[in-house]
Amino acid sequence: MYQYIVKRMLLMIPTLLGAALLVFFLLRLLPGDVCEVRLAGTGMYVDDEMINQCRDELGINDPLSKQFIDFVGGYFTGDLGNSMWTGQPILHEIGIRFQLSLQLAIMATVVAIAIAIPLGIISAVKQNTWIDYAVRTFSIAGIAIPSFWLGIMIILGILVVSQNLFGEGWMPPINYVSPLEDPLGNLAQLIWPAVATGYRYSAVATRMTRSALLEVLHEDYVRTARAKGLVEKVVINRHALKNALLPVVTIIAIEFAFLIGGLVVTEQVFNLNGIGKLFVDSVGNQDFVLTQQLVMLVVLVFVMTNLVVDVFYAWLDPRIRYS
Amino acid sequence: MATPQTFVDTTELDEFRKPFLTSLGSLCRRQPLGAAGAGIVLAMIFTAIFASVLTPYDPELNALAHMLEAPSGQFWMGTDEFGRDILTRIFYGSRTALTIGFTAAIIGATAGLVLGVASAYFGGIFDLIVQRIVDVFIAFPLIIMALAVVATLGPGTENVIIAITIPFIPQCARVVRSSALAIREIPYVDAARALGYSNARIILRHMAPNVMAPYLIMLTTFVGQAILLEAVLSYLGMGVQDPTPAWGLMLKGGAEEFLESAPWVSIFPGIAISLAVFGFNLFGDALRDVLDPRLRAR
Repeated sequence: MYQYIVKRMLLMIPTLLGAALLVFFLLRLLPGDVCEVRLAGTGMYVDDEMINQCRDELGINDPLSKQFIDFVGGYFTGDLGNSMWTGQPILHEIGIRFQLSLQLAIMATVVAIAIAIPLGIISAVKQNTWIDYAVRTFSIAGIAIPSFWLGIMIILGILVVSQNLFGEGWMPPINYVSPLEDPLGNLAQLIWPAVATGYRYSAVATRMTRSALLEVLHEDYVRTARAKGLVEKVVINRHALKNALLPVVTIIAIEFAFLIGGLVVTEQVFNLNGIGKLFVDSVGNQDFVLTQQLVMLVVLVFVMTNLVVDVFYAWLDPRIRYS
Repeated sequence: MATPQTFVDTTELDEFRKPFLTSLGSLCRRQPLGAAGAGIVLAMIFTAIFASVLTPYDPELNALAHMLEAPSGQFWMGTDEFGRDILTRIFYGSRTALTIGFTAAIIGATAGLVLGVASAYFGGIFDLIVQRIVDVFIAFPLIIMALAVVATLGPGTENVIIAITIPFIPQCARVVRSSALAIREIPYVDAARALGYSNARIILRHMAPNVMAPYLIMLTTFVGQAILLEAVLSYLGMGVQDPTPAWGLMLKGGAEEFLESAPWVSIFPGIAISLAVFGFNLFGDALRDVLDPRLRAR
């Protein structure tokens, strides 16, 4: 087992290196750069010399090989460089936003599980009835409805409801407060984006729960359980569901790794200052040192999650042994 | 557990022998959701083609006299902050969405098909290298990859198509490869090689047609995903640019600003996006059930 984990970790290196190379060169194909965007923003007269000086300061004029070595070497020295836009260390920029995004990701996952597992079970048990069709339509709609539009509709709904109830429009707070300081204020801010992201996230998990459970319900031991007269509820919960959850856990974990993609838009809609918004801003500012670090963060989360899922799989299902 | 297929299922073949309308009717009965999806897709294609006949208004021309008018007999879905009729922009927007959706999906899936089959056919070091590259691409969430490409190329319709196509190629290649691996072992491939056909001919004429099922399933899924991705990019201001009518773009800026006073500006384009993606997903699911016997609904 340990051998397997070590082997997998070693196999991560080429993937990460490939991703680093890809992102690095992709971003350097940029026609403009952060200096042009920044100096254009000041509105004053800018000549080539000023732009060149700015490029010198930020290291854009350095040879690509040096820039790449600085980029990858940063992972060994712990210095990930500074944002080209604000000049702050990247670790700091990510650090101040990490808590919000992580909390949002966890809340969205909880929302997704709370929707997916009960609905998936009902859908499988009532297969091919109108309930099944309703659940499946609901879950396909989750993939079809853009989460940013769902977010806008949630804000609209809150506005209309609060207007009718209290006579004035209420909007979720914009400034982030730690859940430890003000749990209610924190919840009031983050529950809405969590629902908008979580609904979309639940769609795939619902369908997976349904199909995994359907598969298991045809197994001999389920028939045996029914034949010995167990209550249907026990058959479903104790016999079938336990064995059906494995692929569901996998899909939830893999989706978790991709959650950052969902956060990119949701944070924009709800005006939350998280990692997703930082990513969009860094792309807009052509702050490519920051962009490439954020992309690497996403890729790292993805490969790590995959590894954890595989290890978890073996732990949950004793029939699977890696060698 | 997937039960092994021990007999040839001929129900599918019987379908073809029936007159077209009868089989259409039976398709609706057996795949009601798929038929609904196909209906949505056809309706969308219809509005895209006949947009100029269906509406008397211009999608791009400002009409400041009619700014932010509520839905009425004259403007069925109201007007936006430039006085443009929203229904008109939705009709023309389906043109943009379908153009980007189909172009990105067809190029992405086809390039993925060729790459996937070639990877399976040649095997060895070529396969290994291609698969490691695919690994790298697949580790990026779709939107992150697309944003990174747009960051390089800049916004605009063509660049959006490229940004959406690139992440599709490795996804399709991965799926097609696993089907093609099985096909490579079938003797007719060896036979074709023995006849002296070129590698390109074997890949394109002999192997590719036999992985059409996963290809078509991926293709349909991709169209829906591309429409959604285009909407997201346009919403973030990095996709299609004003004044081109695009659904995601219609939700940007004004829609949020006038959320309270003019909610119709943000409601209808979102419904259009959802319906379109919904239609393609339903259709793709039905296609999967029909084409892939292993996944056929029990």
